[in-house]
Amino acid sequence: MELIINGEVIRVPEHVQTVDGLLAHFQLNHKIAIVELNGNIIQKQEYQATALCNGDRVEIVHFVGGG
Amino acid sequence: MSERYSRQELFAPIGKEGQAKISAKHVLIIGAGALGTGNAEALVRAGVGKLTIVDRDYVEWSNLQRQQLYSEDDAQKRLPKAVAAKQRLDRVNSEVVIEAIVSDANVEELENIVQKTKPDIIIDATDNFETRMIINDVACKYRIPWIYGACVGSYGISYAFLPGKTPCFNCLLETVPIGGLTCDTAGIISPAVQMVVAYQVAEALKLLVEDEQSLRGKLVSFDLWSNQHSAIRVDQVKKEDCPSCGTNATYPYLSYEMQTKTAVLCGRNSVQIRPAMKKEYDLQQLADLFANQGLPIEINPYLVSVAIGEQRLVVFRDGRALIHGTKDIQEAKTIYHRYLG
Ligand SMILES: [Zn+2]
Repeated sequence: MELIINGEVIRVPEHVQTVDGLLAHFQLNHKIAIVELNGNIIQKQEYQATALCNGDRVEIVHFVGGG
Repeated sequence: MSERYSRQELFAPIGKEGQAKISAKHVLIIGAGALGTGNAEALVRAGVGKLTIVDRDYVEWSNLQRQQLYSEDDAQKRLPKAVAAKQRLDRVNSEVVIEAIVSDANVEELENIVQKTKPDIIIDATDNFETRMIINDVACKYRIPWIYGACVGSYGISYAFLPGKTPCFNCLLETVPIGGLTCDTAGIISPAVQMVVAYQVAEALKLLVEDEQSLRGKLVSFDLWSNQHSAIRVDQVKKEDCPSCGTNATYPYLSYEMQTKTAVLCGRNSVQIRPAMKKEYDLQQLADLFANQGLPIEINPYLVSVAIGEQRLVVFRDGRALIHGTKDIQEAKTIYHRYLG
């Protein structure tokens, strides 16, 4: 499936079906992130249940602590 | 001196009126590392009225790659960062009142500074989530806007929090992340620092000239190496039942139980230990004590540094200590208690 992630068209593997899976794919699942799907922010407890479809627009921002 | 800010005054959204506002404002910067020095220099050059900068650390060689206010001389002397920053900033713009505070930004210290100096905005330039949660609670409690900024590797993130208007840091994170990448594991390149500084200073200037409607209002992040950029409007994340900014806020990170007395420092193989009660060490006496044990020491007016085998113990006047050469809090505590009781 192809997603528009942070403004770029990115092809993700078949097994990536949910927001949770997408974060794991990018190795962000152990970090705290804000995820916006087609303009709506997804609550953290909804990551697993939120399915992704071809062409979805996803914005991901993850928090870091350095400085 | 009227030439000094002419280019900034020519910029229409600021103008002479905005410049007058900037020069009447007070900014508090927590941290004098990469982000802290970048923000401080920009705001001092912009002519902010007063700047307070707080930092617990001292300058080391590994800082010079990105911490723009410091020179080799500062690293050689192991000057406290706040002190070295003030020395440089005073030379950059003598019109600005600069207050340097050599201290850990703990709850007591932060509340104290905020109550006493009443800053108009707070700039986050810390290197850890715990201190940011404390800044967030202080900002919510005293209703002071604060500007989050952080970076690691080639990645950076920023957001301006406005108490009562935007969600707060606690709304966005819900918990304090444990571990994760630090400057220690992933390193840091200076353009990532400068980009975060640019986002922070831009929002700071908008707040200082009271042009709130021009604020970005989005959580912004970027990666300068993989060439990505993202921005999310987070208004809808504001939680009415948030313990930090909700209707019945309790400011959990200001309570004693939430305060850690030890911290592993970002980018350093080091542990900080802060005694629950403030002490007032006679550094010379302490140095003599170590010297009598045959340990190699270095002393300056702010700290004593002593080499203990593989580790190095650095003690500040207020009893705070840094133990270099370990990330193990228990080991660090052992060394602390062994040499300082
Ligand atoms: Zn909140």
